[in-house]
Amino acid sequence: MEGIAELAGDENSGDRSRTFIFNDEGHTLGNALRSIIISYPDVTFCGYTVPHPAEIKMHLRIQTNGPRAVDVLQRGLSDLHKLCEFTQQLFKAAMSEYKTRTQLESVQLNS
Amino acid sequence: MDNSYIMREDNISSEMFLGDLKPWNLQELKKTMKIFVVNYNETEMEFDLVGVHPAIANAFRRILLSEVPTMAIEKVMIYNNTSLIQDEILAHRLGLIPLKADPRRFDFKSEDEGTERDTLEFELKIKCTKNTNAKPDSTNPDELYVNNNVYSKHIKWLPMGRQSNRMKEADVGPVLDDILIAKLRPGHEIDVKMLAVKGIGQDHAKFSPVATATYRLLPQIELVTDVEGEQAVRLQSCFSPGVIGIKEGSNGKKKAYVENARYDSCSRNVLRHNDLKDAVRMGRKRDHFIFTIESTGALTPDNLFLGSVDVLMKKCKDLLDKLNRLES
Repeated sequence: MEGIAELAGDENSGDRSRTFIFNDEGHTLGNALRSIIISYPDVTFCGYTVPHPAEIKMHLRIQTNGPRAVDVLQRGLSDLHKLCEFTQQLFKAAMSEYKTRTQLESVQLNS
Repeated sequence: MDNSYIMREDNISSEMFLGDLKPWNLQELKKTMKIFVVNYNETEMEFDLVGVHPAIANAFRRILLSEVPTMAIEKVMIYNNTSLIQDEILAHRLGLIPLKADPRRFDFKSEDEGTERDTLEFELKIKCTKNTNAKPDSTNPDELYVNNNVYSKHIKWLPMGRQSNRMKEADVGPVLDDILIAKLRPGHEIDVKMLAVKGIGQDHAKFSPVATATYRLLPQIELVTDVEGEQAVRLQSCFSPGVIGIKEGSNGKKKAYVENARYDSCSRNVLRHNDLKDAVRMGRKRDHFIFTIESTGALTPDNLFLGSVDVLMKKCKDLLDKLNRLES
């Protein structure tokens, strides 16, 4: 399957631990996602690796003490999505704040 | 200086590590996360990104470098090139010229023939000749020859289909018109057609929309004891200009104070002075990123940053969709 796959041989360990393989992803998404998932209280382990620099693949391992690993991954992705939305909102506000601030300054300089 | 890396003489340490991060919570984040624009113009901007994990800041930086798309010349058809510069070098140089075309108005090119939706066509046709009006004793090439320097302004846009209704030449051509492409002598000629397509920096650096996109942590400097007289002047010289100020103390002596730690280079030169090194405490704030984005000219830096957030958001959404399809 393109996109995400699960590592073979992981099925025996129950659905609380999984290694997900992301195609066409690297450190950019790996580290960002890990930084969010590791902070969940019900996650006991989360780590990522790019096994070989010439292969554009990223492995993300999640181990939990309760919920299914897939659900945790889903929560991580949607939290990262929310974070991005909020960043855009903040950035747009900061830009318009900057524009009114510099306009005020130039008006004061000219008068 | 809480929540900072402390820079000591022989080590760098911080009291808090990844493990004691609080559980991720959007409501909590909305209270602590801040963005403040410090400087902005058409090509460059500086802003503070406060209260995020370094992995997030780094994701935005990495995406800016390699995943925000721009247009660049990808194919060069060489009909004639009698200049000194070889065909492949010429093609490479043409590829690296930044174009003004707005990548958001184009699609990624598919396998088949380019269309007006995904391709821009340019032409460079130039021939060097002798300048018959030049003074006979002149040795200046600019006077002796016509068209001896080929600049990016000589590149002409050839609109495909209805492209000329949608945009003007000034919106799609090279960002700068004085980029030197080749030097010619009388009889030399360049006649090429170029196709520009949309791409990302991961594929080739010419598609990267930024000259640089970097961040650094906010420096913090604290004076633990009073530094006066000659020592104050010496302390000032240990830091970047404008970081340490000197004012008249109450006892009439010169006294050092921290004026603005923001633009310090964090060289830690002060540690070379044994009598001064215990008077200062230096650190860097762990979650205060000073972001600098320098655009190559296709998009303004604020649009570049918003674009990078869009890319990360799209990654998340696509993967969530794939997971949902996998589950059902």
